[in-house]
This record gives sequence, C-alpha cells and structure tokens, in this order.
Amino acid sequence: MVYALLISVFVIASCGLVYELIAGTLASYLLGDSVTYFSTIIGTYLFAMGIGSYLSRYIGKGLIVRFIRIELMVGLVGGSSAAILFLVFAYLESFRLILYAQVVIVGTLVGLEIPLLLRILKDKLQFKDLVSQVLTFDYLGALAVSLLFPLILAPRLGLVRTCFMFGILNVLVAVWTTSLFRDQIARVSSLRAQCIAVLILLTGGFAYGERLTTFAEESLYTDDVVFSRSTPYQRLIVTRWKDDIRLFLNSHLQFSSKDEYRYHEALVHPAMQGLTQPRRVLILGGGDGLALREVLKYPSVESVTLVDLDPEMTRLFSSNELLRNLNENSLRSPKLKTINADAFVWLGENSDVFDLAIVDFPDPTNYALGKLYTTTFYHLLARHLSPDGAAAIQSTSPLYARKSYWCIVKTVESSGLLTSPYHVYVPSFGEWGFVIASKRPYSIPQVSLPGLKFVSTEQLPGFFQFPADMSRVDTEVNHLNNQTLVRYYESEWHEVSQ
Amino acid sequence: MTRRELLALGAGVIAGCTGKPRQSINGSFVGASHDVGHLLRGGKIPTPVGERRIPVVIVGAGIAGLSAGWYLARNGFRDFEILELEDEAGGNSRFGENRVSAYPWGAHYIPLPTKESRFVRELFEELGVITGYLNGEPQYKDEYLCFDPQERLYIHGRWQEGLVPALGTSDRDREDFERFRDIVDGYKARRAFTIPMQFSSQDNDLLQLDSITIRDFLSSHDLNSPALHWYVNYACRDDYGCDYGDVSAWAGLHYFGSRNVDENAVLTWPEGNGWIVSRLREKLASHIRTGSMVFRVRDSEVDCYDVQEKTSTTIRADRIIFACPTFLAKYLMEKSEGVDAFEYAPWMVANLELDAFPQQRAGAPIAWDNVIYDSDSLGYVVATHQSLRVHQPQTVLTYYYPLTGASPRSERERLLDTDWQTWVELILTDLSRPHPEIRELVRNIDIMRWGHAMVRPRPGFTWGEDRRLFTRPFGRVHFAHSDLSGFSIFEEAQYRGVIAAQWVLADR
Repeated sequence: MVYALLISVFVIASCGLVYELIAGTLASYLLGDSVTYFSTIIGTYLFAMGIGSYLSRYIGKGLIVRFIRIELMVGLVGGSSAAILFLVFAYLESFRLILYAQVVIVGTLVGLEIPLLLRILKDKLQFKDLVSQVLTFDYLGALAVSLLFPLILAPRLGLVRTCFMFGILNVLVAVWTTSLFRDQIARVSSLRAQCIAVLILLTGGFAYGERLTTFAEESLYTDDVVFSRSTPYQRLIVTRWKDDIRLFLNSHLQFSSKDEYRYHEALVHPAMQGLTQPRRVLILGGGDGLALREVLKYPSVESVTLVDLDPEMTRLFSSNELLRNLNENSLRSPKLKTINADAFVWLGENSDVFDLAIVDFPDPTNYALGKLYTTTFYHLLARHLSPDGAAAIQSTSPLYARKSYWCIVKTVESSGLLTSPYHVYVPSFGEWGFVIASKRPYSIPQVSLPGLKFVSTEQLPGFFQFPADMSRVDTEVNHLNNQTLVRYYESEWHEVSQ
Repeated sequence: MTRRELLALGAGVIAGCTGKPRQSINGSFVGASHDVGHLLRGGKIPTPVGERRIPVVIVGAGIAGLSAGWYLARNGFRDFEILELEDEAGGNSRFGENRVSAYPWGAHYIPLPTKESRFVRELFEELGVITGYLNGEPQYKDEYLCFDPQERLYIHGRWQEGLVPALGTSDRDREDFERFRDIVDGYKARRAFTIPMQFSSQDNDLLQLDSITIRDFLSSHDLNSPALHWYVNYACRDDYGCDYGDVSAWAGLHYFGSRNVDENAVLTWPEGNGWIVSRLREKLASHIRTGSMVFRVRDSEVDCYDVQEKTSTTIRADRIIFACPTFLAKYLMEKSEGVDAFEYAPWMVANLELDAFPQQRAGAPIAWDNVIYDSDSLGYVVATHQSLRVHQPQTVLTYYYPLTGASPRSERERLLDTDWQTWVELILTDLSRPHPEIRELVRNIDIMRWGHAMVRPRPGFTWGEDRRLFTRPFGRVHFAHSDLSGFSIFEEAQYRGVIAAQWVLADR
C-alpha cells in the first residue's frame, strides 16, 4: 500500500507540473511575451500551492474521500484547462482573468494533495522516511514531466490532448485510491460512479481535443497559429510571432500588424481627403475593422455601414483583445452599423447612398470572388454613391499582377466612373494597387490628417505615379460572362509563384 | 448516479462518436398530367353542355401559344383565350422553385438571337433583356448572360473547361475537329442555315442533306475521330433528344451552322426559360385558362373539358390557333393526314436539391453546364449559377436524360414504366463518377417525365411534305408549334406563334 501511494505521489507531481507548464506555454503562445507569462504563472501557481497547503489543516475527517475528490477536481479542472483556454481566447475579453483563475484553482488543489497524502501515510512510515520518500517521488515526477513535455508530449500530442491525458491520470489515481481504501470508505459505489463520469468526460475531451486546435496547420505557417476556425464561408487563421499578428483567409495573407497601417492608410485617406466633409461611409469587406479604424479618425463621419459576409470575422475582431488593440476597438464604435451579408446581394436590395465607399474584398482568386470586380458590380456600387461621392477599391498588385490591376481600372471606367489609380509599397505584400472611383474628377488633396504614419501631403502625389514596369496596359473589361480578371489573375500570380 | 444512468451516459458518448447517419433522399414524380392527357386516347370525357363564343382560341400555353397571345396583345387585339391542359402555363419551359432556388423543368437557355430572330429581339427589348443597341448590335443585361465559367466536361477522370474534348485527344482528333469546323464555316458563309429555319437557303445540295443522317455525313467526309463523333452526338441528343444516327444531316449541321452572332454566349436564368414564361404569364394573365383540356377541334369550334369542374363546353371561335404539340391533331381533329410523320423523343428531367456543392476536385471548377463524357445523360445545369452571391451554400442541379433508343414508342414505355427509385439510382450512379460523394449531398430528387418532349428531326422530316403541310392554315385553324420547324427551340416556337398571330391579325 505504501508503494502504491508513493507511485501516486509520482503521478500527481507530474500532473501538477504539467498544468503549470501548459498554462505558461499557452499564455506565451497566444499572447506572446513568454518571460512575463512564464514567471507570473509559475509564481502564481506556487503561491496557490501554498494556499492549498495552508488550507489542508482545515480538513479533518474523511481524509481519504477528500483526497479522492480533490484528485477528481484536479483532473477535471486541470485536464480541461488547455481546451478551455483555447475556446475562451477567441471570444472572451477576459482571457487573462480566466487563465490566472485556472492557475489559482489548480495550484490550490495541487497544494492540498501532498499534505493530505503525508497525513494518510503518517501511521505507516516513520516521519523521516515519510518526508524523504514522498518528496523524492514528488521531485522525480517533476523531472519526468519536465523532460517529457517539451520533447514528446507537446509536439506529438499537442497541448490540449496532453492536458486531457494528465487529467485522466489524476482520475486514475482517484480510482486506485478508492479501491485501495474500499474497506475504509462509506459510499464506495457513489465515489466510483463519480470517477467514471469524470473519466468519460476527459476521455471524450482527449478524443475530440484534436478538433479544437489544428496543430497540423502550424506546419503551413511559419508563425504560431493562435486562432483558427472554419466558418461556413472561409478558413480563418490568426498567427503571431513576437508582436507581428497576421490574418489569413483561406491561407491568403490579409494583413501583418507590422505594416497593415500602410495598407489601410493608403486605402482610406487618399479618397477620404479628396472629399469635403464626408458624412456617410460604406465599407464592403474589411471585417477586421482596420479600414474602419482609419475612417473613424474623421470627425465629420456620422455613420459607417460595414458589410462583411462572415459574422465570425466581425465577432472575432470585436471581441478578441489582441485584435481589438489592433483595430482600436473600431468595431464597437457607436457610429457603426455592422451587417453580415453578401455584399453584392446587399447592394442590390439596399438603397442607401454614401459619400465614400471602401471596397476591401479579397483578391479575385476564384469565379465567386471575381463577380465582385465586374461591370455589374460597379454599376450597382455607383448607384450607392452620392453625386460628389467616391469609392476606394483595393485592386491587387500592379507589379505582380499588372494586367489584373489595370483590368480592374478599365472595368471601373467602363461602368461610367472616373478613375484615379494609385499604388503604395506594403512590405508584407509588395507593391499594392488601389483605384479611386468617383463621379466627379478627383484631385490629389493638399491637406492631410495629422498623426498618420504613412500617408502625408508630401507622399500623396507620388502614389499616383506609375513607373514603367507597372504602367498601364490594355486589357479586356471584366464582365460576369467572361470573368477575364480571374483568368488574368490566375496566370499572373501563377508566374509569380514559380 | 446509478449504474444504469452511467451506462446510458456511456452509450450516449459512444453514439456521439460514430458520426451522423446518411440521410434518406426524398422526392417524387411531378408535373405532366399523364392521366388527364391520356383521356384523349379513348377515355371517357363528358359531352359538352354549354356553349360560349370567343373570337380567337389558342390551344396550348407553351411558348408558341404564349407568343401568339403576346403578339396579339402587343398589336391591340384582346379578344382571345389561351386554353391549357396543365395547371400552369409554360409547356417545355415550365419551372419549379424550392427553398434554395428556382430551377427549370425543361428548356433552360436561349442563345443570343440571330439577326433573323426579329420577334425574339422585340420580346427581349420589351422584357429589358436587351437594354439597347450599340453600332446596331444588341446589348444584353449582364445578369441574364450566362456567367463564366459556362461549360465543362468530365473526361478521363478530370474536368476540363469547354465541351470540345481536349484531354486525351490526338492530333487526328484535332484535325477532324478543324475540318468539321471548316465545313460548318463554309455553310455559314453561304448562309445555309438560319433561325427561324424558314429562312434557310433552299439550294438543292443543302436540302439533300436532309436525306442522310449526320453520322453518315461525318463518315462520308472521312471524319472518324471518336471525340468528334461523341461531340456531334452529344449536340444532337442535347438539342433534338435523338442519337446522331437518327438525326438528319441538315438538322445536325443547322445546330452548328445557324448562329451568326457570338456563338457561345447564351441567356439564362435560374428557372431557365421559365423566366420568360413568368413574364408572358403576367402580361397575359387575363387570357390564360389552365386546367382546360381541349379534346376536339373543328373548323370553327373547340370542345373543352374543365379538369376541375369535370364538365365540357363547346367554344365557338372565328379563328383557332393549334399551339399544342402537333401530334395531338390525331386525337383532336377529324382529318389529320400526315401527322404520323411527327415523331417525338421522350425525356426524363430531374431536379436535385443539394445541401452543399460537390467537392472541387482535379480540373476545371464547377460551371453552368456540366457534361459527362460517354454518359447516357447530358449532365447537369447548376440552377444557382446566375446567383450574384459570392457564397452559395446549397444548390439545385437540373439533370437531363433523353431516352434516345431507336424506337420512341418503346422508350416512352420505359420512361413511364420505370419507377422513381430506379431513376434515382440511375441518376446517382451516373453522377457519382465525377462526384463520389453525391449521395451524401442530395436531399431531394423530383423527376419530370416528358413523354413527347420534342419532335425528332430524322432524315426526310424537316424538308418533307408532311411537315410543310402543317405550316399552312387548315381553314380557320392555324398550327403553331416548334414541331412545325422540325426541332424544339425557343426561337422556333416563338416564331410559329407569331406567324399564327399575324394570320389572325391579317384577317381583320
């Protein structure tokens, strides 16, 4: 019996350390800044263990049943901690609160384990042997896990499943203890039932844990994947490497937090500053709220309508802390009306008129997206612009996809709008192109909004100059019934990627 | 927790792991009142009691009947009624609708009308399909032109763009295609074939083409490429519901050589030509009487059975436009010599409601028209293709299957004797070649059986005397149907309707 309990010590010690390691790893993985999170989590955890040790004095009778119950709780809370953190990360503002709460709960419970075990064993060993043997097994368990975790468990099983696995070990200790002391426990069958219930939950978690995170995907991305989800519309991936946060939609890079300000300032300000006192703004696409952040810098803006297909996208960017910092809470602006709808259909059914429309769709990589770059679409868009209004359209790269870019320009022109093509350099994208479409001639604004990092009155005229390697080429017009653009785009980016 | 509860919990967890069971497929036969229709052949129809008078009666509300009505109304003539056996006007262009999309039950597109198709252009101007003219060329509303990608072909385990086989074809194949194209271009230069076919050249060597089959024509020109033969056969089955060994060379070449505008562009709508039916139905609402089966046509009166009331009435008329399929003359008129020359191909058309699009596999992405090489079917058309949505989760596929065996009569029996389940199995087996997961995606399959879907342009028919006989008025009765042109296309049906309407108007 003594050795059985000492093996339990080994197991629970390893479990205790695993939860701590997982909390630290997950926090630094999702939030970055590993030094801060590792040291605060270790500190909090050790402190919580101290609380547990202190509280152990208040446990008097029914020592064994209490110990079994504590094992079940550690198994449940600790074992599911990684899964819960992953789930909570995307949508809850208080990710850190939950993180530390978990650490405190698990730490306290783990802190109770050893003192209780010492007391259970106290009549079976001499004091000096007791202390020596229990602590030896405690430290051995810690060593085993500290080696296994980085070398085998995390890379092979992943954090979520490792966590569930150790939860199961905690429960097995409870099961074993129950059977060891079955003669001394009053309601053995009820305790067994509890054990099995928790065991089923954790086993289920272990079996399905893989679906929560897609570590397989990590190999596709050089950075850590901090969020991934398949919505009915697309596959959403957020990665982070140090302070660089990137969004991928269907594995196409949408922005890098390092230089997205260049892209979004260039998308919004040239058109915005060409207008006098724009009041009503429409944003099509752009569910990340980054273009919106730029739009909201103008006090004249009274209302913004943002139409993005995917509710998951706008939800993520209006709730996740990391991403809200990036868009400066723009998606929570009282001026904003968010609509999750198909932009083409929405434009057809709605009759609102806007001073500025920001058209920030993904590149025309397929025939479905290609529809959003056709004459039919631009005709419809023009109907939603006020007589002095303008639209700023993201238009892929005039350098890598020269024909595609100028095809968009020509298509806008053939829809009866005036165009002012321009381009900027965004390091993570390369040379990037935009078009201002307007009903009246556009002239480059002479004054600029102060406080911008990229767009300025001095820089602006240069945007509208195209060097020879990306100057205008003749193309077809993109219609619904020819989808020329998708064909240009495919062949041009195909060449770039070779 | 008791042991039993625990076991139940465990069972629940295990059940949760085993995945969802495959859903069953719903559906049924729909449409075409075979029972009522067959009353015409020796069924018991009550003798007419009352009598009414309508100056002009149009029998049948298919495209020909509706077009006759449209042309009369357009020219200020309002004293007419269109009598239709079915519950809905539209004929071969009828359509259905479910929670996902509207979808066609038959005719589903119209190529850009040729210069000669004057009345089609007039109709399209009226309906806003043609928005204006630029240098004399009609401009079409973008939403009605078939979106790109238009066609793809599943061949050798892969989808390719376009229907002309390209994958796995040899230089010989390509040479034959080129020579065939040259032959067709030669005919085009002579303006040999037109739409309406009435204006086609009457040169003797061209009319001679009506005496051989298009298959023999290919062979006699030493065009032996299997890919070309498949392609021409596909075209004949698609447009005429017949194997190319049963189609006259004149009709076969007409298919390829009659378009003098952008050859590939077509106009289409989710509900196919049902879109036009809806517009015409709206315009003619007060003139159309559905559930009205005409069972006798005499020189100045028709007897009509009301399917709802189960009573018959005699309608006296000055002029009668016989706009239902021409073969019905055999059952409706006392004298109908020559009508047996009109033979008809039976078709099965199915609409499949899918919970999700088939997976995108190797090759070209899903198009509007998706054809499977070497299949007895014609493949399927995607009803949601013309949707402007970027994200279309569910869809409806319209699956076309002409019964092209040598004897239309026995094929018609096969059509009616085969039960729904067997048809479904045939459809799913065919579609599972390109889409192995199709059974998991399909929620519902409705099937329409067209016993007399379209007239068969077999050799000798198109320029034979029997067909021409029916293009001329029989006293106060004028026939109007694409049957009179020898093949079933929208433009011909409309033309025949308009010609009959002009005959009515000329009289006034």
